[in-house]
Amino acid sequence: MLRDQDRIFTNLYGLQDWRLAGARARGDWDRTAAIMARGPDAIVEEMKASGLRGRGGAGFPTGMKWSFMPKQEGDRPHYLVVNADESEPGTCKDRDIMRHDPHKLIEGCLLASFAMRAHACYIYIRGEFFDEARRLQAAIDEAYEAGLIGRDACGSGWRFDLFLHRGAGAYICGEETALLESLEGKKGMPRLKPPFPAAVGLYGCPTTVNNVESIAVAPTILRRGAAWFSALGRPKNAGPKVFCISGHVEKPCNVEEELGIPLRELIERYAGGVRGGWDNLLGVIPGGASVPVIPKSICDTVLMDFDSLRDVKSGLGTAAVIVMDRSTDIIRAIARLSRFYKHESCGQCTPCREGTGWMMRVMDRMVEGRAEPEEIDTLEQVTRQVEGHTICALGDAAAWPIQGLIRHFRPVMEERIAHYKAGRTPRPMPLAAE
Amino acid sequence: MVKVTVDGIEVEVPPGSNVLQACEAAGKEIPRFCYHERLSVAGNCRMCLVEIEKAPPKPFASCAYPVADGMVVHTETPMVRAARRGVMEFLLINHPLDCPICDQGGECDLQDQALGYGMDHSRYAENKRAVKDKYLGPLVKTVMTRCIHCTRCIRFAAEVAGVPELGATSRGESMEVGTYVERALTTELSGNLIDICPVGALTSKPYAFIARSWELKKTDSIDVLDAIGANIRIDSRGPEVLRILPRVNDDVNEEWLADKSRFSLDGLKRRRLDACWVRRDGRLHRASWAEAFDAIAARLQGLPGARIGALAGNLADAESMLALKDLLASLGSFNLDCRQDGAAVDVSRRDFYTFNSGIAGVDEADALLLIGSNPRREAPLLNARIRKRWLAGRFPVAAIGPHGDLTYEVAWLGDSPRLLLDDAQAFGATLRAAKRPMLILGQGALARPDGDAVLAAAWRLAGAVGALADDWHGFNVLHTAAARVGALDLRFLPGPGGKDVAAMVGGGVDLLWLLGADEFDAARIPPDVFVVYQGHHGDRGAARADVILPGAAYTEKNATYVNTEGRVQRGFLAVNPPGEAREDWKILRAFSERIGRQLPYDDLGALRARLEQLNAVFGRPDILPRFGASDMTAPAGDPAAITDTPLRYAIADYYQTDPISRASPTMAECSALYTAPLATAAE
Amino acid sequence: MTDMHPADRGAAAEPASFAFDAESEAQIAALVAKYPPGRQASAVIGALYVAQGQMRRATGSAWLPRVAMDAVARRLSMPPIRVYEAATFYLMFNTRPIGRFHLQVCTTTPCWLRGSDAVVAACRAATGIGGWGETSEDGMFTMTEVECLGACVNAPVIQVNDDFYEDLDAEHTERLIAALRRGEPPAPGSMIGRQTSAPVGGPTTLTTLTPGTPGAAE
Repeated sequence: MLRDQDRIFTNLYGLQDWRLAGARARGDWDRTAAIMARGPDAIVEEMKASGLRGRGGAGFPTGMKWSFMPKQEGDRPHYLVVNADESEPGTCKDRDIMRHDPHKLIEGCLLASFAMRAHACYIYIRGEFFDEARRLQAAIDEAYEAGLIGRDACGSGWRFDLFLHRGAGAYICGEETALLESLEGKKGMPRLKPPFPAAVGLYGCPTTVNNVESIAVAPTILRRGAAWFSALGRPKNAGPKVFCISGHVEKPCNVEEELGIPLRELIERYAGGVRGGWDNLLGVIPGGASVPVIPKSICDTVLMDFDSLRDVKSGLGTAAVIVMDRSTDIIRAIARLSRFYKHESCGQCTPCREGTGWMMRVMDRMVEGRAEPEEIDTLEQVTRQVEGHTICALGDAAAWPIQGLIRHFRPVMEERIAHYKAGRTPRPMPLAAE
Repeated sequence: MVKVTVDGIEVEVPPGSNVLQACEAAGKEIPRFCYHERLSVAGNCRMCLVEIEKAPPKPFASCAYPVADGMVVHTETPMVRAARRGVMEFLLINHPLDCPICDQGGECDLQDQALGYGMDHSRYAENKRAVKDKYLGPLVKTVMTRCIHCTRCIRFAAEVAGVPELGATSRGESMEVGTYVERALTTELSGNLIDICPVGALTSKPYAFIARSWELKKTDSIDVLDAIGANIRIDSRGPEVLRILPRVNDDVNEEWLADKSRFSLDGLKRRRLDACWVRRDGRLHRASWAEAFDAIAARLQGLPGARIGALAGNLADAESMLALKDLLASLGSFNLDCRQDGAAVDVSRRDFYTFNSGIAGVDEADALLLIGSNPRREAPLLNARIRKRWLAGRFPVAAIGPHGDLTYEVAWLGDSPRLLLDDAQAFGATLRAAKRPMLILGQGALARPDGDAVLAAAWRLAGAVGALADDWHGFNVLHTAAARVGALDLRFLPGPGGKDVAAMVGGGVDLLWLLGADEFDAARIPPDVFVVYQGHHGDRGAARADVILPGAAYTEKNATYVNTEGRVQRGFLAVNPPGEAREDWKILRAFSERIGRQLPYDDLGALRARLEQLNAVFGRPDILPRFGASDMTAPAGDPAAITDTPLRYAIADYYQTDPISRASPTMAECSALYTAPLATAAE
Repeated sequence: MTDMHPADRGAAAEPASFAFDAESEAQIAALVAKYPPGRQASAVIGALYVAQGQMRRATGSAWLPRVAMDAVARRLSMPPIRVYEAATFYLMFNTRPIGRFHLQVCTTTPCWLRGSDAVVAACRAATGIGGWGETSEDGMFTMTEVECLGACVNAPVIQVNDDFYEDLDAEHTERLIAALRRGEPPAPGSMIGRQTSAPVGGPTTLTTLTPGTPGAAE
C-alpha cells in the first residue's frame, strides 16, 4: 500500500486550500528555479530514468516523448500542449488535479516546457469542465502574479506563457492530433501520421502533447528524484497513479495508489468492495471504456498496471475501473459504449464512421436478442474490419469493448438470442442500480 | 531518388513521394476515393491500404505514407485484400446502391471498385442512412445519400477554386457535405466538382437523366469560349452534343474546365442558323444556298475591292479565317480585321501579342502584375493556376485595374494605366526583386484609344524589371477570344491600305462579311451597307445581315485554334452542323467557285498546308517550346500618350460573352444568379 | 425535431441580425490575445461560447443562430463555413433555441450502472419533456442526452447549464428540478454531501498528513 507521504496528489479530494498558498504549503513551487538550473537535458534524462509512462491511456514513456523534440529552437517555436480533454468514460482524475491541485499542473507545465524549449503551453480542457476551467485559470493568474510564470518564470530567466483553451464537447479531441486541430480552430479530426507532432504539431511547429496527470507528476519526480518514483510500482510500470473506481462498488472514489496493486485489493481497500461482495462480481472494465472487459476469474488475480492488463488482453488505459456486479446486463453495458463511440466518431474516415454505427445497431439488437447466433461472428468480424484500419485509435477503442464482450460473455449473448427466438420476453432485466 | 520495392518490383521515385505514387510507378493500380493528385491528401477513405515491411503489422494508407529508401511494399497480400474488402463493405452499407438511376453509372469509381472488392451480398441488416440533398447552384446536382465523405469537393472548393464555401457539418455518421446555408457556390469552376466526385453524389444538373455514359460518342476537341484553349472531350449521341468534359493537358488546363466551357452546350441547340436567309423588302426570307450566293454575288458585281471588307469573330477557326482572307484578296480587298474590340496590337513580333511565359510558366513565376486584366472572368483556368502558384507561397500579386475578388491576395495599385509609367508605383521593386517576374496585360488595357501606348509601356516595364530575359519571358498578353491569336498569326488584319474595324463598320465598305462577328455594335453599320453574316447563331450580327450563311459551331468542324499562349491546337468534328449549315471554310470555298474565284484548296489538308505556308507555327500543333525574350525592342507606341482614363476589364459578365453562351439557358441562369447581383451592388 | 435538417432547426427563431455587445467584444479580444498573430481562428470555440452566452443574456436561451456564427466568422476573418463546421461538430453549441435550464443528462455506462435510467425518468416526470432534445412547454427546460461528463465516481451526473450535480437518484433529481424551477439552483457538486471524489464517509487515504504538510517533506 502506498504511504501517504509517497502520494503526489496530496489534495486530491480538495480538503485543503487549492490556491497558491495552500499549494506552496504542500511543497509545490519549492525552488523551481533550481530544478530549471539543471538544464533541459538533465530534466529530460531524469524523467526518462523515472520510468514514467504517459497517464492518458497509451502508456508511452513520457521522458522519451520529450526527447523527440528538437534539441534547439529553430525558426519555429516549440509548444507544449496539455491534454485536459478528459472524456474517456469512467475517467475523472484530471478533473481532481485541476480543481484541487492546479499548481502541480502549472508547475509541471513550466518544467516540461522548459525541458522541451517551449516558451508557450496550452492546456486544452474539455468544455464541460466549466468550474474546473475557472479555477485553473484563477490558479494560472495567481502564478503569473507571483512571477512563477511569465516574462521571467520563477526568476529563472525563462519566458513562459501558459494559456487555457476550452473545448466544446467532442471526445475525439482527446486524441492528440485532433486536439491540435481543435486548438487551431478546426473540427477535431485526427491528423495523418507521419508527420508526428514533435515535427509538425500546433501551427506546424514542434509540439508535444501530454496528459494532465503526466505533467502534474513531473515536478514531484524532479524534486524527489527518479529513483524514488521508479521504486514505486512494478518494473516498467513505475510510480503511483490516480485510479477512478466507479460502477457497482460500495463507495466509488478516486484514489492514488501504486501501479501493480491487485485489482481486488484496489476495489476492496478503497472502494468498499463490490456491491454484494466479491463473489457478486461479474466483470470489470479496468482502464476506461476503450479497453476490453475482463470477467471475475481474471479480476481475482490481475494486477493493475500496463503490462499485466495487456497480458490478459485488456489494458490499463486511464486506470478508470468500471465495476459491474452480477445484476448487470453486460450486453447492454457494452452496447451503451458502442452508442458512445458511434456518437463520438468524428466521421472522417470510413471504417469508423460507418463501422461504429453498424456495431451500435447490431449491439442494440443483441441487447434484445433480436439476432441470429451467426451474427455474433459477423459482429466480431466487423470489429476486426474497423480495428487497425482507421486514422486514429477511436476505431480500435470502439472495437475492443465488443471483442471483450464476445470473448468472455458469448454464452450470455447466445442465451439472449435463444430466449428471443423462443418467443419469450427476455429475462427480466434488473435495473443496474438495484 | 528513393528506391522502393513494390510487390518485388524495384522503382525509383522522387523524395517526398507517397507510397501510392511509388506503387503507381511500379505499375500497380491502387484503389482510392479520397486521394486526388491535384488536391491535398486527406487519407480518409482508407481504400488505398497497403502493407509495408518493417512497419507495425497493420495496413497503411498509401496515399498518406511517405516513401523511405529501401522500403518494401506489398499491395496484394491477404491482409491488404481483406482490408480493402472491409472498407468497401463499409462504404456500401449506407450507400443507396441506386446505380440504375444514377447518372454516375458506368463511370463511377465506387461501382468499379465494388467489382474488385465488393461482396455479392450485404451483411448489413439495419436501416440505411438517408441524407437530404443540398443546393449548390444551377450547375451541380446533389444526391447526398450517395456521398461517401471523401471530401474531394470540399478540398477542391477551398484549394483550387479558392471559394471555401463547402464543408462537412455535424460529425460521425451524421456528417453532411454542403454549404450549410444552401447557397450557390460562387465559382466559375463548379463543374469540376462533378468530375472529382468519385460517386454519384455530385452530378451535372443540366445533364441529369439525359444519357448513359456508354451511349455516348467521345470526340477530342478544343474549347473556344475563352482564349485558354482548354482540351475537351465532346460527348455526343446522334446529332446532339450532350456533355463536354475536360481532357488532361498539364500545360493548358491541367484537368479542369471552366463552367462556361462545360455548360454552354445547351446554347448549341438554340437560336441556331440552320438555313440560308436573304433579306428582301426589309425582311429575312429562307433561301437556298444558290439563292444566297446569288444575292451576295449580285451585290459584289462591280464593287471595287476597297469597298469590300470582312470581320472575323471571336470563335472563328484559323481555316475559315484564312479562306475568308484569301477570298477577299481574290476580290482585291485588304479590308480585314479580327479585333471587334479595336484592341491595339503590334504583330511585328509574335511575343508582342502572346502569353509568352506559357500558362504552365505561372508555376515558375515569383511575382505577378496584372494590368487591366481580371483573369477570374477572362480565363478562370488561368486564374486557378495563378491561385495554385499563390498558395505555394512567396508569390506577390499586384493589379492595376478596378478591384475584384480573384481568390488570392492582390495589392490593388489603382486603375489608372499611367501607373505603368512609374515603376515605383507599378510594383517595380517587387518585380525587380523576383527571379521570374510576370506581367499579364488584359484586353481591357489594349481595347482603348491609347491601347498601343499601354502596350508599349507595359513592355518597357517588363524590360525594366527584368521580366525579359534569355531564359524567361515574363511579358504576357491575355486574350479573351479563342480566334484572336490565330487571326493575328495569319494576319487577319488590315492589309496595305486596308481599313480596320472602325473604318469598315463606320461606312468604309459597301459589303461587309461577318465571320461570326457578334461582339460589336452592329447598329453602327450604315443602312446601305450590305452585310453577309456567316455563322452559327442568330445573334447580333445575323440580326443586321442581308444574307445569312449558316456555318458550323466549334463542335461541328475539324478546325485549328491558337490559344493565348500561341499554342496551335486542333478540334475534331463531333456532330454534323444542323440542317443546311456547313463547315465554314467549305462555305467560303463554294462561294469562291460561284463567283469564279476558286480558292486553291479542295480539302482540309490542302488548306492546312496553305496555313503552314503562311505561318510556320501552324505546322506545329500542340507543342509550344519555352522561349526567352531575345529582342528587347518595344512595340510601336508612345508610352507618354497614355491617358488617365481608368482601366476597365474586357468582360463584365463571364456567363454571357459569345453567341453560344448567350443562347444557353443554363448560362442565362448563371448570369442572373451570379452577375446580376454584382451589377446591382456596384451601382 | 431531431430528424430536421440542421440548417432548418431554429430557422423559425432565427433573428434578423446579430452583433457582439461590448461585453462580448471584450471577451473575444481577450480570447484572441491568447494565440499568435494570424492564428485568431484558434479562438473560434471561445468566440462561439461568447456568442451563445450573449444569446443567453439577451433571450434567456443559450443558442447560436446562424447570424451569430456569421458574426464570429467576420470577427475572426474565417470563411463562414468553417464556423458552421465547428458549431455543428462541437456538441456544446446549440444550433436551435433551448430552454432556460439545459439538463444535460449523462447516460454513459458508468452513470447507467449507477442508475441514470431513474434519473432520466425523474427528469421526464418533473419537466414533462417526452424525449431527448425537447424543450418543456414552459420553455424552462431542455433535456439532452450527453456522453460521459467525466465525473464517473460521482455518478449519476447531470450538468445544468455550466454546473455539475452529482450522486443523483430519482428523488434528488426531482428536488433539483423543483429548485431550478423556483429559481433557486442549489450549490453544484454532490447532492448527498460527499467530499468531491472521496469515498462516501470520508477519505481513506491522505489521512496521515496534517493539513498543510508538504507531501515532499522527506
